[in-house]
Amino acid sequence: MQTSIKLNQAINNKPRFSAKFKETLKQMKEYKLSYLMITPFMLIFMVFTVIPVAASLLLGMMYYNVLELPRWVGWDNYVRLFINDDLFQIALVNTLKMALIIGPVGYLMCLLFAWIVNELPPKLKPLMTLVFYAPSIAGAAEIWRLMFSGDIYGYWNSFLLRFGFIDEPVQWLKDTRYMMTCVILVQLWMSLGTSFLQLRAGFNTLDKQYFEAAAVDGVNNRWQELWYVTLPLMAPHLWLAAVLQVTSSFGVGDVANALCGFPSTGYAVHTITAHLKDYSSTRFERGYAAAISTVLFIISYGANKLAQAIIRKVGK
Amino acid sequence: MVATGKEMQIDREKARRNERIKRRLKKAISNKTNRVNRSKTGDALIFIVLAGFGLFSILPLWLVIANAFKPLNELLIYPPTFIVRNPTLDNFNMLFSLITNTWVPLSRYAFNTIFMTVAGTFGRVIVCSLAAYPLAKHKFPGHKAIFQLILVALMFNSIVADVVNYWTMSKLGWLDTYLAIIIPAFADSYGFFLMRQFMTQMPDSVIESAKLDGAGEFRIYWSIMMPNMKPAWLTLSIFAVQSLWNNTGSTYIYKEQLKTLTYAIQQITSGGMVRQGAAAAVRLIMMSVPIIFFIISQSKIIETMSSSGMKE
Repeated sequence: MQTSIKLNQAINNKPRFSAKFKETLKQMKEYKLSYLMITPFMLIFMVFTVIPVAASLLLGMMYYNVLELPRWVGWDNYVRLFINDDLFQIALVNTLKMALIIGPVGYLMCLLFAWIVNELPPKLKPLMTLVFYAPSIAGAAEIWRLMFSGDIYGYWNSFLLRFGFIDEPVQWLKDTRYMMTCVILVQLWMSLGTSFLQLRAGFNTLDKQYFEAAAVDGVNNRWQELWYVTLPLMAPHLWLAAVLQVTSSFGVGDVANALCGFPSTGYAVHTITAHLKDYSSTRFERGYAAAISTVLFIISYGANKLAQAIIRKVGK
Repeated sequence: MVATGKEMQIDREKARRNERIKRRLKKAISNKTNRVNRSKTGDALIFIVLAGFGLFSILPLWLVIANAFKPLNELLIYPPTFIVRNPTLDNFNMLFSLITNTWVPLSRYAFNTIFMTVAGTFGRVIVCSLAAYPLAKHKFPGHKAIFQLILVALMFNSIVADVVNYWTMSKLGWLDTYLAIIIPAFADSYGFFLMRQFMTQMPDSVIESAKLDGAGEFRIYWSIMMPNMKPAWLTLSIFAVQSLWNNTGSTYIYKEQLKTLTYAIQQITSGGMVRQGAAAAVRLIMMSVPIIFFIISQSKIIETMSSSGMKE
């Protein structure tokens, strides 16, 4: 009995499938203008974003130095990356260290200050938003070279000297003990960027009535209100802001270069992006560089997925 | 007897609680701001955090402004200061001499930056919004898959694509041209995303009635969607300006005549202490552009982003 039903289904499925296909084709024809409208975007997007990422996977398996034709080498590039390339391992560890701080701490800062700004009287809101957001768009990381300058003219050195914390100037950007901290500090200074605005906008969408209802239901102070009412209501914004923050935290490298130069002393702030740029535009080992890109892509994507899994737990 | 006593007690408690809530709500409404559940201590704590971090945030930027107006002797003073005693325009004058005396004049770098920013921004608004409209409002086969694909692109840095893009650019003959910077800037996934989320809010009935009046899809896009999307395309252009304005163009552009202001700044700053003032002056000019744009359009940006939250 059962087999015959299954058989019937199998027979019936075939024409249904082709009918569905025809239906899709018909719909596609109906929507041909929609396809036309997305064509410019999709064309550029495919050529400069999607295909390059896919092609990097392939190119990462080849030896390619621009002059000769690419040669298939299989996993060699990855073996070299993870076993023989000491610099890459330094870069990997540094990048993970930076991202682990800049990602979560930066994100919490975005959230904290977006929330605080939202608590302010309406007249102060735009001003404080500007104050916090400005460092991320000013592109002025190099001004910190004056702050952390290694001679007595450096602002931080002169401050510490005057109050007797140190006896002689410290080479903040040349001493491997301090470089990482300095770079992370500057990164955090710049980290109230798009995610901050995104969360700030998220707080803006909340309706007063929810908070009144929560007060009736026994929410007693602003901290409870934040965790049980505000954040769950903002879930979509939390998600988007996390994506932006996590992604940008793996793009670090420019700030380190601007502060400590490239190569930095003892490669103390060497990053994956710096390593990638080095191999692709200085040494022209494009196959190897593609392998580095692929690793960066996988780490960044994985971190995003992890962050999203954590954010799903908010308010629960 | 005992039971009724307990009931009475519960009733009394309920009444008291209701009274308390009523009082609180009254207070909240009379304050006109959202003041339910707010304590004085919390306010003070927030003020301290705000002031402390505000200072950390603004002090380096203030230093850029101060240094731009410091005369040379104040730049080299010990201990270094955050204040300017005798403000001067010397540093800006030095910039002008740099404009006229270098091999590639600074004005050329400025033109490159401005041109790439304007063209890239304009193209991004058009290309992204044109794609956002069907993906927000039409349910064509494949729209979900395409949208998911664009979302994935938010999850990695664009540098990942650079190695292959260099090859593509050279095959297209775009190396050392403006095209290498401008064209890829058109298809920005975050810009598309903001636009699409904002368009989703547009009521379908408006589009339906326009269709009944005989308007085609392009007409609906241009005369109905776009005029109503002003906050969104303003936001999109601000972000485009921010990213393009600070681009160095170094990966695809080697010709000195096509390099950007950011690149020029790096060159000036590497000139040591004496050039410090001039470097601060260029940086001041550079950073004021995106900041002024942001000040003008802040409320629109927040409005657009409010609509852009996303459930997975």
